[in-house]
Amino acid sequence: MTYLAQNLTHGGRELIAFRIGDQEFCVNVMSVREIRGWTPVTPLPHAPSYVLGVLNLRGAVLPIIDMSARLGMKPAEPTVRHVIIVTQARNRVVGLLVEAVSDILTIKDENIQPTPDVSSEFERTFARGILAIEGRMICLIELEAVFPHSESEAA
Amino acid sequence: MDMNEIKEIFFQECEEQLAELESGLLRLNDGDRDPETVNAVFRAVHSIKGGAGAFGLDDLVSFAHVFETTLDCVRSNKLEPNQEVLKVMLKSADVLADLTNVARDGGSVDQARSKQLIRELEALANGTPMPTASAAPAAAAVAKPKPAAPVAAAPAAAPAANDQGFMPVAFSFDDFGGDEPEAAELPTYDVVFKPKSDLYTKGNEAALLLRDLSRLGEMSIHCDMSSLPPLDELDPEAAYFWWKVSIKTDKGEDAVRSVFEFAEWDCDLEVSKAGGGSTVVESDLPMQPVPFDLSALDDGADATVGMAEEDDNLAAAQRDEAVAAAETASNVLQMAGNASRAASENAKSAAAAAAQNNAQQGASAAAPTIRVDLDRVDRLINLVGELVINQAMLSQSVIENDANGTSSINMGLEELQQLTREIQDSVMAIRAQPVKPVFQRMARTVREIADITGKSVRLVTEGENTEVDKTVIDKLAEPLTHMIRNAVDHGLETPEKRLAAGKSAEGTVKLTAKHRSGRIVIELSDDGAGINREKVRQKAIDNDLITADANLSDEEIDNLIFHAGFSTADKVSDLSGRGVGMDVVKRSIQALGGRINISSKPGHGSTFTMSLPLTLAVLDGMVVTVAGQTLVVPLTAIVETLQPEAAAIHSFGATQRLISIRNSFCPLVDVGRILNFRSTQANPVEGVALLVESEGGGQRALMVDAIQGQRQVVIKSLEANYTHVPGIAAATILGDGRVALILDVDSVVSASRGQSLQHEASLAAAG
Repeated sequence: MTYLAQNLTHGGRELIAFRIGDQEFCVNVMSVREIRGWTPVTPLPHAPSYVLGVLNLRGAVLPIIDMSARLGMKPAEPTVRHVIIVTQARNRVVGLLVEAVSDILTIKDENIQPTPDVSSEFERTFARGILAIEGRMICLIELEAVFPHSESEAA
Repeated sequence: MDMNEIKEIFFQECEEQLAELESGLLRLNDGDRDPETVNAVFRAVHSIKGGAGAFGLDDLVSFAHVFETTLDCVRSNKLEPNQEVLKVMLKSADVLADLTNVARDGGSVDQARSKQLIRELEALANGTPMPTASAAPAAAAVAKPKPAAPVAAAPAAAPAANDQGFMPVAFSFDDFGGDEPEAAELPTYDVVFKPKSDLYTKGNEAALLLRDLSRLGEMSIHCDMSSLPPLDELDPEAAYFWWKVSIKTDKGEDAVRSVFEFAEWDCDLEVSKAGGGSTVVESDLPMQPVPFDLSALDDGADATVGMAEEDDNLAAAQRDEAVAAAETASNVLQMAGNASRAASENAKSAAAAAAQNNAQQGASAAAPTIRVDLDRVDRLINLVGELVINQAMLSQSVIENDANGTSSINMGLEELQQLTREIQDSVMAIRAQPVKPVFQRMARTVREIADITGKSVRLVTEGENTEVDKTVIDKLAEPLTHMIRNAVDHGLETPEKRLAAGKSAEGTVKLTAKHRSGRIVIELSDDGAGINREKVRQKAIDNDLITADANLSDEEIDNLIFHAGFSTADKVSDLSGRGVGMDVVKRSIQALGGRINISSKPGHGSTFTMSLPLTLAVLDGMVVTVAGQTLVVPLTAIVETLQPEAAAIHSFGATQRLISIRNSFCPLVDVGRILNFRSTQANPVEGVALLVESEGGGQRALMVDAIQGQRQVVIKSLEANYTHVPGIAAATILGDGRVALILDVDSVVSASRGQSLQHEASLAAAG
């Protein structure tokens, strides 16, 4: 049995960590479809500021979210060094623009600490826990909360 | 393959049979007296009955059975298929379709209607003249026996369904060797049923056939197992058993034989009439001595006579036992055989039987077809879409890197381009279906509405083999139904008025389809009174749609009926005129990328013309640039393009600007501003104006910066991964691999009228 499988069977999980500014975040690796470089997007009219636009992902129209803006930080200025994490939640596929992918972590559920009780929009909406790994603090993100709301939810 | 899948196949076949049935009946209605047409109709009903029986759909079986009996009278020339008869039959076909749908999707049918039709059908079968569509005297008419056939069996007088759901059918015994049996003496038939292995391979089941047989009457049964080899020598797929049955029935030999109809070619079947109790029958049917094993019979008596005289209870008990034994026996065979294979073969049974039926009777040789999941086709279409985009991207980068354009790469690319085009066309052709099924549904709509309104209507269809994408067909049915209802309810006059106007009492509604310049054009015309322009105008004034002194052309008045909440019917009827009228029709046609027009001649009728794209997967668009972004405007929306001159632009109020085109003023709409691509209005003189026509019928000039050209683009959904974007219909991928947005002209135009896109957008963003 591989190390990974062993870990998974013991309640472990794999996370992919990425960097925005000086902060680190992570999402479940199972929801990541691929990681690709930045290419210019087609802006969408009347989109929220964190939706940069849409990209052609092998024929599918992929909306791109600026994670920095989405998490309430200053909007990113995309460069070729930026990275798009293509993620899937339920039936929707969305690309997340981040500065860099930093790590792949294998952790157990008990390593995840609850988010500290700070009264911020960010904490309530997106954060699902924090991890302390080698002196770093990594915030676990709830992917579906990040996705742009669909119309049916808005109505 | 589980039972549900098998059932699904049965229902798919039902649909085909129903279509066949209806088109056959319509051909008969048009005076076709080809026996093959009658046969085809009969076969369709028969196949449905057979399949339904296998699934225990009793309602369907009992109705189909009565229908079939009546059709048999037509087939044997006992009943002349005149208009009245066909009217009942067409209605019966509708009920049969309803029953099939109910069997599949649940729900309930109009029991009164089907009961009434059963009575009408039986009356026809009995040759009793009866007033159609009159409910009350139906039962009485059935009960009154026809003088020429005094032996119409007793149950016919009480048309109540028995516990099997079968309606008793009156039966004339004139055919049976002139023998008129007295009351209780039922004729006995000896049946020897020897299945061949093929019977099981085709999914038939001896036990089920025998059970069906047992429904005909009292029956005793004997299973011969003598040829069963020891287990180790047993071929699990071979047939070893055969049955000897003696049955007392008043249904006649034909009924007995028809039980085995689907199995006929896969078994040795002998049916002979035995001595019927005390009366010695001089039957002219051949009496063949049948070899069978008597050892298992308790008394060893002469079965041909003995069985018939046996005590009722004993016979019944024996019958049950024997059926159980038969079931067990065939279960053994099935278990020994490959279960899954047997199941899948089972699924084909109806198809196989129907096919064999066709082959045997030398019916029309249809081109071979296969059933494919729509999902698979769609996946293929998507992939080909990718291929087209990829090919365009490749061409573009080759052109960019190789300016002289003479290299062999370029030649190869051109060939590739042709091939991809061809592949795309062929793949699209897979989805293309004839509009026939929709048109046939309309025939039914016309019948029903004609019935309700008391008008006499004939539907003429033309070009029903015109092909169009399946999605378009599916979405076409609803608006078309609505329009047909309107045409019959509002368009056509009552027979009296028609006669007074010097027309024939029967109104005609004509439905045609044809291809015209890459689109499908569907026309619906009636020969009714035409649009009453005075009334329409008055109504529009009443509803504040136009001012009292508005100067409108005839065409403009006609088009008023497409406005929301418009109905000229004096009273609100069940059929139409509930305020959701032609505006809904127009919107659904437009949602399909189509246009609808009306032309009307007072006294001569109206014609609706719909022009629809052949597919919803690709679209002809004009590629334009707006504020540095590339957009695609659907070509169908564009009336003309023009380069505005400074002199033609007039300011109107604070922000509005109008452009004068041939002395009429048309509002200018800056697309870049509406879509929030720029914060200030662009200078119209530097751009291009696209004159578009929108939902409300009004024209607008859409300002864009430049036109790049016309292109066929593959439509991609934005909603799949994102949400609906106001002002944008969908997206596409251009040759350079970038996503371009397809403009939703209607929503842009309505936004320019003041209904803000921004409002919608902020709602969506607020979540």
